[in-house]
Amino acid sequence: MATSTTTVSPPATATDTASPDRKRRTLNPGKHYPSWFYIPGGVIFIGIFLVPTFASLYFSLTRWTIFKSQFIGFDNFVQFFQDPQLVKGFVNTFIYAFLTSGAKVVLGLGLGMLLTSRIIARGYLRSVIFFPVLVSVIGVGITFAALMNPEIGVINHVLGWFGIDGPGWLTNPSLALYSIALVDIWSGVGLASVIYMAGIVSIPREYYEAARVDGAGPWQVFRSIILPLSWPATSTVIILSLIGGLRKFDLIWAMTRGGPGFSSDVIASVIYKEYQAGFYGLSTAGNVILFVVVLAIVFPLNRWLVRREVEL
Amino acid sequence: MTLGRRRSSWVMVTGVAVASLALTACSAGSLGSSSGGSGTTITFLVDNSDTGVAQGKALADGFHKKNSDITVKVETRPGGADGDNLIKTRLSTQSMDDVFSYNSGSLFQQIDPKANLLPLTDEPFVKDVDESFKPQVSVGDEVYGVPQGTPFGGGVLYNLDVYKQLGLQVPKTWDDFIANSEKIKAAGIAPIIQTYQDTWTSQLFVLGDFHNVSAAEPNWADDYTKNKVHYADDPVALAGFEHLQQAHDQSLVNSDFASLTNAQGLQMLADGKGAQYPMLSAVTTGLFASDPSAATKIGFFALPGADAASNGMTTWFPNGIYVPKTVTGDKLDAVKKFLAYVASKDGCDAITSVSAPNGPYLIKGCTLPSDVPQVTKDVVAYFDDDAQSPALEFLSPVKGPNLEQICVQVGSGISDAKTGAEQYDQDVKKQAQQLGLPGW
Repeated sequence: MATSTTTVSPPATATDTASPDRKRRTLNPGKHYPSWFYIPGGVIFIGIFLVPTFASLYFSLTRWTIFKSQFIGFDNFVQFFQDPQLVKGFVNTFIYAFLTSGAKVVLGLGLGMLLTSRIIARGYLRSVIFFPVLVSVIGVGITFAALMNPEIGVINHVLGWFGIDGPGWLTNPSLALYSIALVDIWSGVGLASVIYMAGIVSIPREYYEAARVDGAGPWQVFRSIILPLSWPATSTVIILSLIGGLRKFDLIWAMTRGGPGFSSDVIASVIYKEYQAGFYGLSTAGNVILFVVVLAIVFPLNRWLVRREVEL
Repeated sequence: MTLGRRRSSWVMVTGVAVASLALTACSAGSLGSSSGGSGTTITFLVDNSDTGVAQGKALADGFHKKNSDITVKVETRPGGADGDNLIKTRLSTQSMDDVFSYNSGSLFQQIDPKANLLPLTDEPFVKDVDESFKPQVSVGDEVYGVPQGTPFGGGVLYNLDVYKQLGLQVPKTWDDFIANSEKIKAAGIAPIIQTYQDTWTSQLFVLGDFHNVSAAEPNWADDYTKNKVHYADDPVALAGFEHLQQAHDQSLVNSDFASLTNAQGLQMLADGKGAQYPMLSAVTTGLFASDPSAATKIGFFALPGADAASNGMTTWFPNGIYVPKTVTGDKLDAVKKFLAYVASKDGCDAITSVSAPNGPYLIKGCTLPSDVPQVTKDVVAYFDDDAQSPALEFLSPVKGPNLEQICVQVGSGISDAKTGAEQYDQDVKKQAQQLGLPGW
């Protein structure tokens, strides 16, 4: 005879006669799978992320030659901050990150607005703007390094037609970092535009109609509707481009390898040079510093940006 | 029923994907060992410069002709710091080729030879190696490598036609060198070529000057290793940095120094657009191969110091060929035969056939042909006159990784000589501590 505990009864009655099905659902609202399903993913996460992270935290406190390691406490960190070349790399990283991030936000918004309005060849323009994102960064770096050659490069050649004496883009120590930043902006603005386009397109039409009814001009529409309501897109672009800019290595290495001298070194290229030289402990310490710096900047920034988001 | 059929086809697709994934994991394996049938194959790792590859292939082919049952497969690696890294990584993961070519001297010390390499001290071919080379590939009394090719000099390559045209003599003191350079500048030719796009070329003024430092202070290398003397506080050693600064400050350098590459600098020298290029004598091999007429147009003289009487050449010893400890059995016998070939007249001749020698061979019984380029004849002359001494990197394991960039800074006018020297002294401290040297 079927008892009340095994049959599924309608939910009208009290919980003491609840079916095993509903009991499972109320006790474990989200868990439909047994816990051991997490094991494969957990093993990979622990093995590939957690173990190396803690290992590198340990090795950053040692003098490490891969063959043997010797514990030396915080000496690596002290050395990192004492070495003038390393400090310069630090400063350069901040300049580079904030410059490229700011430019990508502003230009990305402008291009996003342009590419969501009614202009001819909009589809073609969208592909053209996005294409640099897809090209290999090393290829971009090598190509632009050749274009920026002060004597035989195309850029200075074209400037010469207008009578302008082109500077040494990558050979002038005060210009090198900014030249690389320009190339980075060229290569990354497409992604920012795409994110902005998604944000702008998702603004409901009612806002525009209401604004038009109230007699708002295009600038007021921009300031009061588009800018606040595309805030999620703005905060995404800021976070992504800032993290990318702080960590950037491949473009700088491909274009100048941190040269001339140390004038376009950033933390990532400094770390790589230490690694190349065989100072594995020092380079790991640099990585730990980079990790802490990125966290220290991005965490509070993210919290502040999310708080300012307007609910759609 | 539809759901069941779709699910079973998905299961099949997933199964095939997983199976093929598993298969790809076991296909790579070790490609080098084909010791069945046609004999043994050993792998020989060389650097990917034109000279490195050419010499590697010449040795491999020449050896195979004499031992048709052993094939030597030449593999390449990058040069410079990337190559250093690759060698260290492969040795530490026990995945090094059967025999490999790498620098001698301080770079050799940094790959921990006692732990990673096979000592060759008791092999018969080692007694044919010149005594001056043995300390460069030894730890204590154990010898770990044989020389590949010839030593070369670090000094100034110069265009003979320009010198003849302007009636200049080879300078024996630094002041003579500057005087010559001023005359060359007045004639509208770039007196000194610098090529900072290849950053390693910036070091020659400092490193090529070491013979003059050794001549003035014979114990300098030892004291330097013990942290008793430094570049910044020793005027004799500081001179190298000061020369670099002087060349820039007196505008004796070509105007496009920041963007020229090594190859472009050599071409400029051969064309007569630049007159003097502080450089290693070995890099001319590629130029002479592509432009044989240049072999008679370019000569070599040692970087002059303050004293004409002690003028001499700073010598770089060639790469050594080493064997990792992981090689055993048939392959080890094959490798030893290969090393015996390299350390013999046949080996020297094989190298001569693809790259003009840059100095005298360090193997007994090897001779130089009579049609070597002028540069080589000049280098050999310094050996014959006994007016040469090893570069610092062969007498001391202390060498900082950032000397290239520091020299680029001094040579470009970004920082002055004293600052550059101080920065380099700080740079080598890291290296010395990494090596665990006492006194740092």
